[in-house]
Amino acid sequence: MDDTLVMDDGAEIVIRVRGLTTRFGPQVVHQDLDLDVRRGEVLGVVGGSGSGKSVLLRAIVGLIAPAAGRIALFGEDMAALSPAARRALQARWGVLFQDGALFSSLTVAENVQVPLKEQTRLSPTLIDEITALKIALVGLPPEAALKYPSELSGGMRKRAGLARALALDPEILFLDEPTAGLDPIGAAAFDRLIGDLVRALGLTVFLVTHDLDSLEAICDRIAVLAEKHVLVTGAMDDMLSFDHPWVRAYFHGPRARAARLA
Amino acid sequence: MSAGTGTIESATDGDRARVRLGGRWDIRGAGGLDRALAAVAPPSNASVVLDLAALETLDTAVAWVLHRHLKRLRRAGHAAEIADARPGPARLLDLVAANDRPIDCHSPRQSSLIAVVAHVGRASFETCGAARRLLGFLGLTTLTMAGTLIRPWRIRWTATISHMERAGLDALPIVGLMSFLIGVVLAYQGADQLRRFGAEIFVVNLIGISILREIGILITAIIIAGRSGSAFTAAIGSMVVREEVDAMRTLALDPMEVLVLPRVVALVLTLPLLAFVSDVMGLLGGGLLAWIALDIAPDQFIQRLGDAVSMWSFWIGIIKAPVFAFLIAMIGCYEGFEVRGSAESVGRHTTKAVVEAIFLVIVVDAAFSILFARLHI
Repeated sequence: MDDTLVMDDGAEIVIRVRGLTTRFGPQVVHQDLDLDVRRGEVLGVVGGSGSGKSVLLRAIVGLIAPAAGRIALFGEDMAALSPAARRALQARWGVLFQDGALFSSLTVAENVQVPLKEQTRLSPTLIDEITALKIALVGLPPEAALKYPSELSGGMRKRAGLARALALDPEILFLDEPTAGLDPIGAAAFDRLIGDLVRALGLTVFLVTHDLDSLEAICDRIAVLAEKHVLVTGAMDDMLSFDHPWVRAYFHGPRARAARLA
Repeated sequence: MSAGTGTIESATDGDRARVRLGGRWDIRGAGGLDRALAAVAPPSNASVVLDLAALETLDTAVAWVLHRHLKRLRRAGHAAEIADARPGPARLLDLVAANDRPIDCHSPRQSSLIAVVAHVGRASFETCGAARRLLGFLGLTTLTMAGTLIRPWRIRWTATISHMERAGLDALPIVGLMSFLIGVVLAYQGADQLRRFGAEIFVVNLIGISILREIGILITAIIIAGRSGSAFTAAIGSMVVREEVDAMRTLALDPMEVLVLPRVVALVLTLPLLAFVSDVMGLLGGGLLAWIALDIAPDQFIQRLGDAVSMWSFWIGIIKAPVFAFLIAMIGCYEGFEVRGSAESVGRHTTKAVVEAIFLVIVVDAAFSILFARLHI
């Protein structure tokens, strides 16, 4: 089996993508894409609009069937698993969609309880207490628990979505542009929250973002998506010295300089 | 040892209780751990030590269970503490303790009687408010229509004709089929009763008058309320949710003119035509059954029909069509604009649009009956 889970330097690989090709009709989004995510790291995925960042995220979590290639999570090939095994594996990761994707007919507390009620057999009291804990963990005020998603601000919806994604204590957290649409203060606070949670809970994070501040603040490694595959992965310093027009324009632009100074 | 479960053992030695946790615990074992810890009931004034030296990993759910039982034991007057936790679990326990805040997950429940009274009150209040807003919308629609009568070039014909196609032309098969079947059923049931008096031939009067005056137009209006009224609400409601309506206003486009008027005009123009098709198909269904089951030949049927119904019977049905069309389209659009915020709201208002439209169609139909009775037609 070539899905070896341990790298030479001892790091464990939790997500391994090999030769991934995805397409919508005639339009090819990814061609022969390879990517590894190590346990405990925060990987930032960047790329221009339409470069397929979100599509990659959706392919990894199984929302889109790839046209070719293999995706292994925790060493298990997703396509080869039985539905029951896949469900068990799915409890080991959480996804935060762009606008939270909360169920609009349920309150915040009920949203967080959905995975707890569906996937565990805990007593109602315990479920309520764990829900309260998660809501406090993501920094929502107590009164937000009884509100409906339409009554919340964008930042609070994202926090609520994060609480739901964290409900089952996942090992991997997928974040799709978590700071998009937030004001700079809210975005910085959200970055800090994710950083704190990652450290406290030992999470692995797959972060799709546009936000240079987020990359600077919380990412251990960065993967650049361009020309239908992963152009380069590495730390911020590697990005700065990498010679490619898009990477140069992105990491040396005026906004990038401002983010580094901050 | 099941999934997510480590080891737990407890021992009591005089006034010192010791609970040892080991292995890997996660949320799947949290329920069992909670019950096991609940069973730990040391003698009063005993001190309790939660020994975590052998605990390798845990998650926040398990950390919470430990935390809540520490709290419980302390409340009961025991000196309870954690001993020898490794750095990872210790950090998680601190995190959980720092985020222990009382948060209500359920809205406070009122007593059932008060809840019923409050519900009735709120519903009545909302109904009155909705009726007032609907009346306001009726006025607004009328004004907009009057405005375009003065400036007819402002009607958006492309949109209007597209709605006529979708609400009218595309509805022809279902309206035709339903009316045909109703005609068959009506003739069959009528013939069954009339045969007892040897008056089968009067089935033609029954079919002619009931279909032309009432059933043709009612069936059509009900189908269109379900088919197009709901579509109007869903379309406009989704546009409200995605702020498209607000965008229109900022572009100096009047949603009444762009969204409402084409739909109202389209339906007012097509519903009479649909009602006519419905009349024809209903008579055809009744005639066919009369021919097959009662041996009333087509030429006989037509002759009898000419004697039984006046031209007025036909016109009474058709006159009502534009009124019903106006009601259905207006309520469909009105409910669309009432949508707020979420996808669920779109669904709720779509249902309301259909129910209200059908209700009002029948109420207005009753009013028409009284009016026509007074006019002796």
